[in-house]
Amino acid sequence: MRRGTAIARTGTRRPPLAGRILRSAALGLGATVAIPLGVLFSVWATPQTEVWAHLAVTVLPTLARNTLALLAGVAAGTAILGCGLAWLTARCEFPGRRWLDVALMLPLALPAYVLAFVVQGALDASGPLQLALRQAFGPAAPSLEVRGTAWVVVILSLAFYPYVYLLARQAFLGLGRGTLEAARLLGLGPWGTFFRVALPAARPAIVAGLSLALMETLADFGAVSVLGYDTFTTAIYKAWFGLFNLAAAAQLASLLLLVVALALLAERRLRGRARFHETARGAPPPRLALAGALGWLVAGLASTVVAVAFALPVLQLLTWVLATASVELDSRYLDLLWHTLLLGGSAAFVTVSGALIVSLARRQFADLPTRAAVGLSALGYALPGSVLAVGVMMCFAAVDNGLNALWQSAGGQRLGPVLGGSIAALLLAYLVRFLAVAAGPTGSALERLRPSTIEAARSLGTRGGDLARRVYLPLLRPGLLTAALLVLIEVMKEMPATLLLRPFGWDTLAVRVFEFTSEGDWRRAALPAVTLVLAGLPPVAWLARRSALQAHGD
Amino acid sequence: MSEVLLELDDIACRYDALLAVDGVSLTLARGEIGCLLGPSGCGKTTVLRAIAGFEPLERGIVSLAGEAIATPSAGLPPDRRGVGMVFQDYALFPHLSAEGNVAFGLRDGSRRERRRAASELLDLVGLGGLGDRYPHELSGGQQQRVALARAIAPRPRLVLLDEPFSNLDVDLRERLGLDVRGLLKAQEIAALFVTHDQHEAFLLGDRIGVMRQGRLLQWDTAFVLYHQPGDRFVADFVGQGRLVPGRISGPGVIDTPLGPIRGHLPGGGAAGCAVDLLLRPDDVLPDPAGPVEGVVAARAFKGAETLYTLRLPDGTEVLCEVPSRLDYAVGARLRIRAEIEHLIAFRH
Repeated sequence: MRRGTAIARTGTRRPPLAGRILRSAALGLGATVAIPLGVLFSVWATPQTEVWAHLAVTVLPTLARNTLALLAGVAAGTAILGCGLAWLTARCEFPGRRWLDVALMLPLALPAYVLAFVVQGALDASGPLQLALRQAFGPAAPSLEVRGTAWVVVILSLAFYPYVYLLARQAFLGLGRGTLEAARLLGLGPWGTFFRVALPAARPAIVAGLSLALMETLADFGAVSVLGYDTFTTAIYKAWFGLFNLAAAAQLASLLLLVVALALLAERRLRGRARFHETARGAPPPRLALAGALGWLVAGLASTVVAVAFALPVLQLLTWVLATASVELDSRYLDLLWHTLLLGGSAAFVTVSGALIVSLARRQFADLPTRAAVGLSALGYALPGSVLAVGVMMCFAAVDNGLNALWQSAGGQRLGPVLGGSIAALLLAYLVRFLAVAAGPTGSALERLRPSTIEAARSLGTRGGDLARRVYLPLLRPGLLTAALLVLIEVMKEMPATLLLRPFGWDTLAVRVFEFTSEGDWRRAALPAVTLVLAGLPPVAWLARRSALQAHGD
Repeated sequence: MSEVLLELDDIACRYDALLAVDGVSLTLARGEIGCLLGPSGCGKTTVLRAIAGFEPLERGIVSLAGEAIATPSAGLPPDRRGVGMVFQDYALFPHLSAEGNVAFGLRDGSRRERRRAASELLDLVGLGGLGDRYPHELSGGQQQRVALARAIAPRPRLVLLDEPFSNLDVDLRERLGLDVRGLLKAQEIAALFVTHDQHEAFLLGDRIGVMRQGRLLQWDTAFVLYHQPGDRFVADFVGQGRLVPGRISGPGVIDTPLGPIRGHLPGGGAAGCAVDLLLRPDDVLPDPAGPVEGVVAARAFKGAETLYTLRLPDGTEVLCEVPSRLDYAVGARLRIRAEIEHLIAFRH
């Protein structure tokens, strides 16, 4: 019986402590996402009737009208641009198609607020266009003002159409040769094939792309504030920084959240059961050759989109940068860059760690609480940054109040904010917002790790830290690095949450863009903006390479 | 009697509602090669995983060299068992070269010494000079050899092989199988592998166990399994043959549709007892003076011999293997007789 006791000490049936820690951590992350949202709605329990009545009369009608107009306009704009261009590049052949195929993804690297201020600056009274007009026509030249719904819709559509373009293009590429040829044999012409076969078949992908574009529209703060257009996000900012009324901000944020939830529900409805798009096997159908003038016309149209949505704005930015670089490119800029990278790097580390925990827990546990936590952790990406900022701020304010009360009851002086306005609040907001971004590459890296690989390492005598260092880490490294890079870039571009939550002195490039543009100083905003565009290019290159591989049936 | 290395004593493993392994007992001597044979889903891989420490036991004891390494309440973790394993998908580490894979389990000595040991092992499995290659740069057979070298590198007492040749071309299997057997014997490492291919089992295993639905039906040498199957399923699964109905009519005599068949009937049996008699293809001979005539229902040309399926007048089917120069078409009639030394009969 000595044997029996000898092995009992090292038994495998010992409660797996590491597993329990992992599961608790995943549940904690789920709660981290859920709590700020819950807190937002808690303000309705003690409604500030006075403020609310004021808001309801003064701003709500405008907000509702603007938001609806924006949603309808951007939906139409991105659908037409995205689907049309996707069909042309995926199914047709025209001069420069290969080049335009990739170039049409480039606007993804240009944040909407950068596009907005470049257009604003290029077209304002002292901009190159108006100067040229005045030289040609004298004082009678028509003046342009980049304001109002139409301008906002055009600019946001140009900024967000790539979401629809990417997904629709993939769906069109995946259409089987047989499907399209059958449609032709049944008597449909090229237009009939597009409207009656291709478009319905690609509907799930198109709806998914549209919903991404509309979520970005609802979340957008920078572009609408540059263009002086009132939406929920600008109203939240004003309530917080203008009226210093966090409760009113929370009430507005919860309304915006309701719109987001409705949009998500509508997406589910529209996508229906066809959630996954089967990629057809076999040879792709031949492209429709657009010969002669038609081909050149299409090439011209697509090039115009690339030019207006990316090339010309970047060119304008670069001319501004050249004009201001000698002054702006100083140690303050380097400080700014350093702060942005430091913040993005810390956020990437925290977020990727969180994503790793969630992915590991999902792989190991199938119980209801864990699954709920995993599902919740993916929701953060749908939250507008301003909504999230208000939720996080309210949580931290509650904790601060508690701490202050405790400290004062112990005879101390009032401390003021402890956690609110600290770097922790900002990192928490980034974690919640970008957990889903990091979970993608992290989860797929983990899925590629076969259980037998781990078992082989175990049977060769490794375990614990040794196992993590020699097997898990090297195999997961590429996926984790991709996830970290994506989060870093997202954090660099993020504007509203950073603006609302950043501690004093923690300005990022995006914040500096906001500050310069709100003073109409487009030229000085150009350098940080160009830096952001450069940072946005690697993920676009990665997308382009992946889609090129897919197009070759790899 | 050589020393017992591995002993399974009535082990059982459960996946939720399914008892995947149900009361398996066997022993393997030092340096011996055992094989678990059975259809897919019979629990043979689960037995290996229980020995390696990847599946907990529901009941029973696994002992290695006289020391219990797993019981239902406790078990040595896999990394402490000193048991090597070759996985069905090889499970090579994709981030390490062939040499890095082999050296993974080596702990003693300097880095240089471990590298040299790994490269010697690669020479041993016939992959000298390929140590710098990464797994994706190796063919399936080469990956298999790396997996074996990696498993035996820490000099385990026992190596487990899970369907080691199932991903390889048929003509490569036999050659590689014999290489592996020779290597394990030369290194005096005991091995237990699982397969669903009986030729592989006969070729490699000193002892073979036939498993079905979580139970080990028989654990014997290939010769005994073939000539003295202890169970209807084993008789059917191992080798070819058909069970024909019969009745014991006297000591060592069974009346069958092929007439009375005489032979040594182990265990005897009362006259009048209804039995099923196993007839192997080589037990049935064509004979113009034979007692019964069969119709050729199917034929399979195998080169030197042809295997005929014959239907007897009462509907019973038997197999008959004859030299292929005797050629009969489907539908042809053929007189046959049975000639058996040891009768294998199962009572109803």
